[in-house]
Amino acid sequence: MATIFIENEPREADSSQNLLHALLSLGYDLPYFCWHPALGSVGACRQCAVKQFRDERDSTGKMVMACMTPAADGTRVSIKDPEAAEFRAGVIQGLMQNHPHDCPVCDEGGECHLQDMTVMTGHWSREYRFDKRTFRNQYLGPLVNHEMNRCIQCQRCVRYYREYAGGSDLNAFRLRDTVYFGRFEDGVLENEFSGNLVEICPTGVFTDATLKRHYARKWDLQMAPSICVHCAAGCNISIGERYGTARRVINRYNHQVNGYFLCDRGRFGYEFVSSDQRIRECLLNGQPADLTRATGSFGEMLESGNCIGIGSPRASLESNFALRQLVGPDRFYAGVSDDEWTVTLAALDILKNGPARSPSLDEIEHSDAVFVLGEDVTNVLPLMALRLRQAVRQQPIQKADKLKIPLWLDHAVRELLQDEKGPLFIAAPYATKLDDVATDVLHAAPGELARLGFAVAHAIDPGAPPVADLSSELTALAEKIAAALRSAKSPLVVSGSSCRSTAIVQAAAQVASALANVGKPAKLSFCFPECNSAGLGLMRPRSLSEAFQAAREGKADTVIILENDLFRRVASSEAAAFLKAARHVVALDQVKTSTTAAAELVLPVGTFAETDGTLVNHEGRAQRFFQTLVAEGDVRAGWRWLGGDPLPNSSVKGRKWHTLDEIVLAISNEMPVLAGIEHAAPSRKEFGKVAREPSRYSGRTSMLANIAVSEPKPPEDVDSALAFSMESGPQAPPPALTPFFWAPGWNSIQSVNKFQAEVGGPLRGGDPGVRLIEPQQQTASSYFSEIPAVFRLEGDAWLLVPCFHIFGSEELSRLAPGISELEPRAFIGLNAADAARIGVKTGEQITVAVGNSTYNLEASLRPDVPQGVALIPSGIPPVDGASLPAQGKLAASTVHGVTQ
Amino acid sequence: MEKPLTSRFRPDGEPVDIAAYEHSGGYEALRKALKMQPQAVTEMVKQSNLRGRGGAGFPTGSKWSFVPMGEDAPRPKYLVANADEMEPGTFKDRVLMELDPHSFLEGMAVAAYAIQADVGYIFLRGEYRCSARRLIAALAEARERGYIGKNILGSGYSFELHLHVSAGRYICGEETALLNALEGKRAHPRTKPPFPQVSGLFGKPTIVQNVETLCNVPHIVSKGPEWFRGLSRTGDSGTKLYGVSGKVKRPGLWELPMGTTMREIIEEHAGGMRDGLRFRGLLPGGASTDFLVEKDYDTPMDYTQVQKAGSRLGTGTMVVLDDKTCPVGMVLNLEHFFAQESCGWCTPCWSGLAWIERILSAMEQGKGKPKDLDDLAFQTKFLGPGNTFCALAPGAAEPLQSAMKYFGDDFRRHIDEKRCPWR
Repeated sequence: MATIFIENEPREADSSQNLLHALLSLGYDLPYFCWHPALGSVGACRQCAVKQFRDERDSTGKMVMACMTPAADGTRVSIKDPEAAEFRAGVIQGLMQNHPHDCPVCDEGGECHLQDMTVMTGHWSREYRFDKRTFRNQYLGPLVNHEMNRCIQCQRCVRYYREYAGGSDLNAFRLRDTVYFGRFEDGVLENEFSGNLVEICPTGVFTDATLKRHYARKWDLQMAPSICVHCAAGCNISIGERYGTARRVINRYNHQVNGYFLCDRGRFGYEFVSSDQRIRECLLNGQPADLTRATGSFGEMLESGNCIGIGSPRASLESNFALRQLVGPDRFYAGVSDDEWTVTLAALDILKNGPARSPSLDEIEHSDAVFVLGEDVTNVLPLMALRLRQAVRQQPIQKADKLKIPLWLDHAVRELLQDEKGPLFIAAPYATKLDDVATDVLHAAPGELARLGFAVAHAIDPGAPPVADLSSELTALAEKIAAALRSAKSPLVVSGSSCRSTAIVQAAAQVASALANVGKPAKLSFCFPECNSAGLGLMRPRSLSEAFQAAREGKADTVIILENDLFRRVASSEAAAFLKAARHVVALDQVKTSTTAAAELVLPVGTFAETDGTLVNHEGRAQRFFQTLVAEGDVRAGWRWLGGDPLPNSSVKGRKWHTLDEIVLAISNEMPVLAGIEHAAPSRKEFGKVAREPSRYSGRTSMLANIAVSEPKPPEDVDSALAFSMESGPQAPPPALTPFFWAPGWNSIQSVNKFQAEVGGPLRGGDPGVRLIEPQQQTASSYFSEIPAVFRLEGDAWLLVPCFHIFGSEELSRLAPGISELEPRAFIGLNAADAARIGVKTGEQITVAVGNSTYNLEASLRPDVPQGVALIPSGIPPVDGASLPAQGKLAASTVHGVTQ
Repeated sequence: MEKPLTSRFRPDGEPVDIAAYEHSGGYEALRKALKMQPQAVTEMVKQSNLRGRGGAGFPTGSKWSFVPMGEDAPRPKYLVANADEMEPGTFKDRVLMELDPHSFLEGMAVAAYAIQADVGYIFLRGEYRCSARRLIAALAEARERGYIGKNILGSGYSFELHLHVSAGRYICGEETALLNALEGKRAHPRTKPPFPQVSGLFGKPTIVQNVETLCNVPHIVSKGPEWFRGLSRTGDSGTKLYGVSGKVKRPGLWELPMGTTMREIIEEHAGGMRDGLRFRGLLPGGASTDFLVEKDYDTPMDYTQVQKAGSRLGTGTMVVLDDKTCPVGMVLNLEHFFAQESCGWCTPCWSGLAWIERILSAMEQGKGKPKDLDDLAFQTKFLGPGNTFCALAPGAAEPLQSAMKYFGDDFRRHIDEKRCPWR
């Protein structure tokens, strides 16, 4: 720490930081543009100028850029100094020279950092009397809109996109006051994190193209703290509503989880909430049914013989719990394929037993040697990939420390490090987007990947069992990986269930155990497949095949399926047979699926935007999401259908939870593994009242005037402290209940500065979430000894391996128009030699037979696919839930034309 | 009068070839240096008080002494010759490279040895086609004779040297922007510190040195620092290539003792003003320096004295303004150049220069407004040193601020008469 003097007042500051960071952290207002807490300082915009004085006697001082000046002990600065203030106003004047001042028609207006900073400098009179420069804007795809005339050349976009996110198709062109930030030609931005440009850009150059289609100002949005449901990362988001529809999602800073950024699936997937595939009324035998009829039938079905429940990894803990309690724990089944389920449970057991701890995404970013085993991180848990991209800088960055180059001096550090990367090893069935920053990659069949993992463990600790018949190349690679992990300060092993291989997960755990046993505790992170896979896993329902068995044996008269499409979980034929075997099928879901189509009774369930609940992310962190939309008609939370207030005309027993807080407490009391989830957010009683609507929310009294001139009573929220109102209690809400970031003078998302204990650090009041899994042991007592043998294919079989795509592989987001536009056409990926073997060229059709499923897929020749392996896109029709990886048959198709 | 830099020049304008160069004692300095400790070479250059001829006048020996030496020093180390001579009015390095390329290459080899550089780059202005041809030929000759390359003259010291021809931007002459350009990146200047001596090209220790500076090095090593200091008339050592452009009788370039007065250079060497024209002022060292005027006529042209007179020696190539040329038009021409060459990185530079350019352009078209003078005055202060990321904008402000000071009436007449009085 250092003592710095601001206007001659001594204040404590972090001496390893720059002055801008220090001043903002101390609560001072100082305008800035090019600096960003996640990107560091480059000194381009010159907006944060302050006067620095040598000592108490120095009255002249010199102008310095706060972002480029260390907050060294004894530093004396003045923000108020008239010369500095005049200069800052001059910078605004310069920035405004070409800015169109089109705030009234600009999507950024009202939450624009440029507006805020302009007001902050007090510059109000624009004297520039010449023509402004103009640009032609580009089409950048369905997610991000481009309006270059507003650009102030702060350089943040390209720094974020290229240097931070690893993109290459956005760049700066031209010189002087005509620098152009765009692509070399019109086209969809290629990076999976392009949506962050919307928040990184301090003005309206890059804006949310989905918001544009149904625009509302920030001040007119009713917002709620929420959690993204499109992968297991559990990114904290804020979702905005106006006139009953979801308008947009923005980042809600959580230092431990998502920090400042979201992936494009998470940011833009929300439009599924308004999809025409939504179910908004009860359906009985495919026909709309009123609540009375529907609940009447529901009650009868529940009474008629044996009931079983199928849970869901995309439903909340509350809804899964309500189903479990309704049917009884013994008749509660996991709604995922057995392969996935086995791996999920294995991974959870490993995390519970230890010795390795599951790290937060922030901890992942600070790991200095990483081994990714069997995961396509970018496409499965995208934000982790963005963090891993920063982790490869951890080792090289020490060089900067040695040369006393401050780490926040971003370009100086990058110029020193050049392309140097720390150790990152990726072993996956096919090329992943992180390969470009990897030290070494291995593309091999899942069995081989597991063998590599076990070999790495053995190379770290010879006490771990050796791997028989390992090739000399894999032995050398294993030794290299082992050496890198052993010599790291904070090693990390990443794995997951994408290969549906318990051996891979165990191999990853073996590596972590070996490291712990040689005195180098490693972190171990698993990419679980869905937003609540870990939560469902902790509840320990029985496997799906046991449910199928029960149905075959006539022990499942009524099947209740919660927010789940079984046709995505198992082969279509298997799903159909199961549904047919049951006398009654009740499906509760948000969207129409093949399962709801086959159900006798369908009950409409609210999405994350219309309901409250708790999800457990990949880390084992329970986090709560809150509704921002008021559910219309009969739509309600899954748990309310299953165990909430009594339903009309129903004699269903066990209805006992009137509010969210009641069911949350019930879960915590009933299930020790989930104890403590009530602390994910304060209960309604614990915290008074939090407005979902900003203080400047407009039209409240008139927005329904076409229906009734009197203002209706706002809906009551019995479940949380959040109110459908502009009125808040006197206290600022704690982070878990903060619907949006907004502070006086700070209308843009950069107002998060005012909510952090230190800029770029944890939120004041603690980052939301409760960790449910902590390792029991510090060292591994034993090693896994079952190591797969060398993988060999039978006869002319192929190994079909699932391949994931950020846009398309996730069920709900693919219903969002912007996301579905970016979904790849279904394909089968194989290498050229293999394609030649069956006489197929790129673009030609291949008939794939796996288990009971047959698809015709377009051949995509890829050099990264190992021989004998074929990639099948996960979750993209016509591919169903057939169990993969599996051996299958390929043949040149006799069917021509595009596959449906 | 000794003229070490230009004495070998052939009258026919052809380059000095390697035979002639060796015959006149060429590469002897390199032989001598290779037998010395590298630090001793640096010390010699330090003693000579050689100051950088690129314009800033930074002491060359001191600069070299910041390079990490010894076994632990990061490798490779780089020596980069800044031959991106794009300063308006400046053409001194070009003459050196075209007429005596080996002198330059020897300077590079000696400097490289002093800092124990492994690799060198000549960053050459794109338009210097003739220089490029002659350097390529000279490099081949030097390589063949073992002056450049592996194990130079059997000393065990190796130095690879490459010619890189710039794609052409003024900002590439800023040494750190030059390094970015050389790395294939946008030519934005870099933050200092860290200085290139510590983290330069590709993040390794690097010295960037102007061509004329390097050409002096072999002579200092051969004849000693005292001899070099004795060449000058003032405290700043050596000779200087002075150039004069503008409406003088004999525009040109001369090697003269450092500290030769402005009067002597203009009157004796450039032959005075053309008949019928009066001297109004000059930019002493390229376009990015303040005007000196008649009262400064007897200023000795060295780093110290020119600074005392309120300007900078810069490159020492003067641009003369006469009384029949519009000073506003002249400054507009320069500011147009600077505005166009702003890399667009920092706000004051890209916004301020564009605004200045437009105001001056309006004034020249008779569309000036009284407030324009205030705006110009504001901008020259706004673009001051420390306010911007690099020296481009403060340099660009110098001719404007001094023109407004010395030729303020001319600016006012443009506004009052709503036209350029010289048209």
